[in-house]
Amino acid sequence: MYDIGNLYEATSIKNAIDLLCEHPKAHIIAGGSDVLVQMREGKLAGVDLVSIYKLDEMRGITITDDKSIRIGSLTSFSHITHNKIIEENLYVLGEAVDQVGGPQVRNIGTIGGNTCNGVTSADSASTLFALDAMIEITGKNGVRTIPISEFYISAGKVALEVGDVQTAIIIPHKSYDGYSGYYLKYAMRNAMDISTLGCSVNVKLSADKTIIEDARIAFGVAGPIPLRAKTAEKRVKSAPINEQTFDTFAESILEDINPRDSWRATKAFRCHIGKSIAKRALEKAIQRAGVETHV
Amino acid sequence: MFKEITCSINGKECTKVIDVRASLTDMLRNQYHLTSVKKGCEVGECGACTVLIDGEAYNSCIYLAVWAEGKSIWTLEGLMSPDGELSDIQQAFIDEAAIQCGFCTPGFVMTTVEILNQKKLYTRDELRKLLSGHLCRCTGYQNVLNAVEKVMKDRLNQ
Amino acid sequence: MVGKSIPRVDAFDKVTGRAKYVEDILPQDTLVARIYHSKIANGLVKSIDTTEAEKVPGVVKIVTCFDVTEKHYYPTAGHPWTLDVSHQDIADRLVLTDRVRFVGDDVAAVIAENDVAADQAVRLLKVEYEEYPFVLKPLEAIKPEAPQIHDDFKRNILRVTTREKGNYEEAIKEQGLIRVEGWYSTPIVQHCHIENHICTARTENGKIVISSSTQIPHIVRRIVGQALGMDWGKIRVIKPFIGGGFGNKQDALYEPLCAFLTLQVGGRPVTINVSREETFVSNRVRHPFNVHLISHLRADGTLVARKVAIYSNQGAYASHGHSIAAKGMGALAQLYPCEHFSAEAYTVFTNTPVAGAMRGYGIPQTMFAEESHIEDIIKKLGENSLNWRRNHIMPVGFEDTFSKNVHHYDSFNQCFDKANAYLDYEKKVELYKNQTGEKRRGVGMAAFWYNTAVWPIALETSSCRMILNQDGSLQVQLGETEIGQGADTAFTQMVAHAVGVTIDKVYVISNQDTDVTPYSSGSYASRQTYVAGFSITKTAQELRKKILDVGYRYTRVSVDLLDIVDNNLVRITDNKVVMTLADLANASLYDTDFSQHISAEQTAQAKSNAYSFGCCFVEVEVDIPLCKVELIDIINVHDCGTLINPALAEAQVHGGMSMGIGFALSENLLIDQKTGKVLNDNLLDYKLATFMDHPDLEAQFVQNAEPTSPYGTKGLGEPPTCPVAPAIRNAVLHATGIAINDLPLNPHKLFEAFKEGGLI
Repeated sequence: MYDIGNLYEATSIKNAIDLLCEHPKAHIIAGGSDVLVQMREGKLAGVDLVSIYKLDEMRGITITDDKSIRIGSLTSFSHITHNKIIEENLYVLGEAVDQVGGPQVRNIGTIGGNTCNGVTSADSASTLFALDAMIEITGKNGVRTIPISEFYISAGKVALEVGDVQTAIIIPHKSYDGYSGYYLKYAMRNAMDISTLGCSVNVKLSADKTIIEDARIAFGVAGPIPLRAKTAEKRVKSAPINEQTFDTFAESILEDINPRDSWRATKAFRCHIGKSIAKRALEKAIQRAGVETHV
Repeated sequence: MFKEITCSINGKECTKVIDVRASLTDMLRNQYHLTSVKKGCEVGECGACTVLIDGEAYNSCIYLAVWAEGKSIWTLEGLMSPDGELSDIQQAFIDEAAIQCGFCTPGFVMTTVEILNQKKLYTRDELRKLLSGHLCRCTGYQNVLNAVEKVMKDRLNQ
Repeated sequence: MVGKSIPRVDAFDKVTGRAKYVEDILPQDTLVARIYHSKIANGLVKSIDTTEAEKVPGVVKIVTCFDVTEKHYYPTAGHPWTLDVSHQDIADRLVLTDRVRFVGDDVAAVIAENDVAADQAVRLLKVEYEEYPFVLKPLEAIKPEAPQIHDDFKRNILRVTTREKGNYEEAIKEQGLIRVEGWYSTPIVQHCHIENHICTARTENGKIVISSSTQIPHIVRRIVGQALGMDWGKIRVIKPFIGGGFGNKQDALYEPLCAFLTLQVGGRPVTINVSREETFVSNRVRHPFNVHLISHLRADGTLVARKVAIYSNQGAYASHGHSIAAKGMGALAQLYPCEHFSAEAYTVFTNTPVAGAMRGYGIPQTMFAEESHIEDIIKKLGENSLNWRRNHIMPVGFEDTFSKNVHHYDSFNQCFDKANAYLDYEKKVELYKNQTGEKRRGVGMAAFWYNTAVWPIALETSSCRMILNQDGSLQVQLGETEIGQGADTAFTQMVAHAVGVTIDKVYVISNQDTDVTPYSSGSYASRQTYVAGFSITKTAQELRKKILDVGYRYTRVSVDLLDIVDNNLVRITDNKVVMTLADLANASLYDTDFSQHISAEQTAQAKSNAYSFGCCFVEVEVDIPLCKVELIDIINVHDCGTLINPALAEAQVHGGMSMGIGFALSENLLIDQKTGKVLNDNLLDYKLATFMDHPDLEAQFVQNAEPTSPYGTKGLGEPPTCPVAPAIRNAVLHATGIAINDLPLNPHKLFEAFKEGGLI
């Protein structure tokens, strides 16, 4: 039994917003795989919850008129991975969320919950950063959309005000059209683990597939919130596909990432792994774009 | 705070008044005495409490009981046929010596139901991933994998 | 019957969800108790303010260390009791204590109507401490200036023992000896049975009745009696199905406290349902060892002299104490016998979680040290790993002067041959010799030493009862406990064989109840089939004699010419069935002249012990930039004598191998050096191997019948865990040239070692 103060079950997005305004101290519970664990630990013991889990209107994946991909915030990880639209257009996102925890967690965990708790290790987050995703927030004054880089404020804190609900994540057409991506999760186990470091790469190659036209790379656990490796991105932009580019890219990562020492891993370890996985992820992304490299 | 929850459990419509603070594990064990739903960690890490909700496997420990409203839930107790015949999955777990202390067994069996309902032929590595939400300390997973693979192949006539 | 892979006798109940574990059969009206654990590593509780906690609705009673007015210190180890005071386990626990010795010690308990109320009240307890300095590592704890954890143990040394053979100091003076030295260390790991420990206690009929997830119900009865200062017969302990134990439940865990608490609320049922976090911190862990090995060899490879020092971290309380380090030392003295051997083993208290029994009992730790060290020796000599071991490992005919164990067969070489053939080891040793590149393959091997049961260190006794039903079937009770390993199935086969009935006529009662079940010490030391073998055969003999005597009465065939075969009384002269056992049982019970209910009960003491040897061979791939080891292939080969049930034996080996893989590569209970607090007390942060973390597991056997056992069998429960870690360590060495002597070989360790070795 959970130490829940009061449980308010929202019947619609509007009702959820009303409930959150009425009970400003209440926490939103989506799939609960994070909130309930913290409640049991005692961190959230006794708090009021507004449950949005049953709001099916916030589930599902669609392609909008401008060819953006809209993912309802309550869509579970497993539904994202096995969705046709994702498989055909955003394979890397399906791949990333297919590495969260284990199968049961991927059935309950939602992409909205994964991003709203503001943790740097979220497996979806680095890929969403690498895709320049937009976050749709519905609040008492209506719907607004902000870039994911503005959504994350600091560790555990995101740009949600009282009464706000994150209702969707939108991947603009230009972010994925012509790009090929790869997500490399580095963890201590091959399942049921959180990232020690996560790296997501998106690349667009020249028509003859010899030059990297554009690259976007994002890391999880390389700083307090997910981050883009802008220096490394710049260095490989317009660079030829060869070993030297990969090495430059890997070395440049160190100028962008800022992991910390913790009992889970030292900074030195994370920096070394950061370099190694950035290189691997870039090569894999390029391979996916149809170029043979040695990895 | 209490609430009346109506759902289908092992194919039967049921209604009970529950404490809204209850997890689905609590409800199934305490209200319905379905004790195959085991508690090994209560935070979704071990998989012992796995049940099917509308055909998908969930850790019932981190699923609020109130969310069960209107859902169809299956636990291990529901697998045996009315005349007492074991399901092919249960039989395979016995035949392949996939059971030791038995505490993780109910969860494994339920996830296997979800996997095999896909009617796909998976590789052993794919099966490993699909079963990876369960921890087991007795079997090294070896005979569990053998059992699941065997039923999968039998069902697909492979 | 014996030697056949019949399905587990409890498989049907387990696969249908009907097998009832402790939590499935709690009294409906049970109260719950939650424990307040010490938040400091060493010190004294000065006061506990319960005012706020008591206001929580649903709280029934709060019991603190200050309510424990009668101080009955008790030991917790699941050892058989001994009347020799000098060999008794150290009695250093109280059900609740104000003198706290680790973060996680038991200070107070809240008894409440539900778990939410209990949790809230525990959080509201205000505890004032006087903090003492603390020490977390054994090599620091033995220094004179270290904080004293227990008054009676100077320099925190629980015990130190030595083992001397020949003259080490003289022997090493020989000219031209090659010296190899190394320090090897193993981490704190936890058993991680999926069912946490749980117990429930109430009073009934003037007794305290406890239902517990334990491997050792009869021992728990004694310990609860000691902890409460009560007559042992006033305690009744029931063991239903158990969700794994691996040694953690070979200790009295929370049964004494639970019994104490029920008495605080008038005997109402009280349940302590241990959380996973508490399992990690406040149950038991494996003793971490620091092992220092020095070996001196002649150029021809002869081991001339060896020096050994073991420092075993006991944690805060004695539990199984020095037995673990002592057993480990014994293994080092024997696996590669050497004329001059000098060893000392220290068991040292520290302010860390309490170490107890865990699968292997000191052998996984010392085998890691020994087989890593041997590999280092072989490398230094430039020899072949397999051949050198063949030439120097314990020879056939070796007899241990203390235990009188004899190495009867060429078990090691037979096991090596099978493993070598499976893995193509020798070929791969050459194949992977000079690799470059990011990913490198390697192969490694390790042998192991293990002995079954505990004689002559401690008493080995087992009791068995057989009751003949009217239909010729049998009820069998043994004090040896089914905890998941398959003991009841093996017993069923053994009983069927010993009595002469078919498997379906034998019903082994799985649940132990100390008021009903005859005494045995329980499940540990890989002793179940070995020790129960003696009591089963002895009891079967008595039962058979009674049956045959009755049979003579009805058939007039001399008992010397009667046998029981497949549920029938058979005249051996012509193999003719003269009466069915069912008819005999029925006639005997309902006989109006001399009614007799046929039953038998015997106690057998085992005054022998058996070696159980084998090896592990592995192949790994090391990803150097990613600092990761991937296990590609692994095989364990065991000579555990004659197999009672090959399929279950194989399954048992799989589980032990998996545990060994975790020990080698990922498991490590981390302690914050600044506070003494465990950092990763959950199954997410404690890296138990998942389904995706190792390959298929290959288990093979060599079956040399053990001459001391009626069934030719010997221990298998623990051995599979023993050789895995050094085999993996040696494979990583082969692949990379880097020797890592500090388990686990996780990416953090590889990163540091590869950096130092210039690989990255």
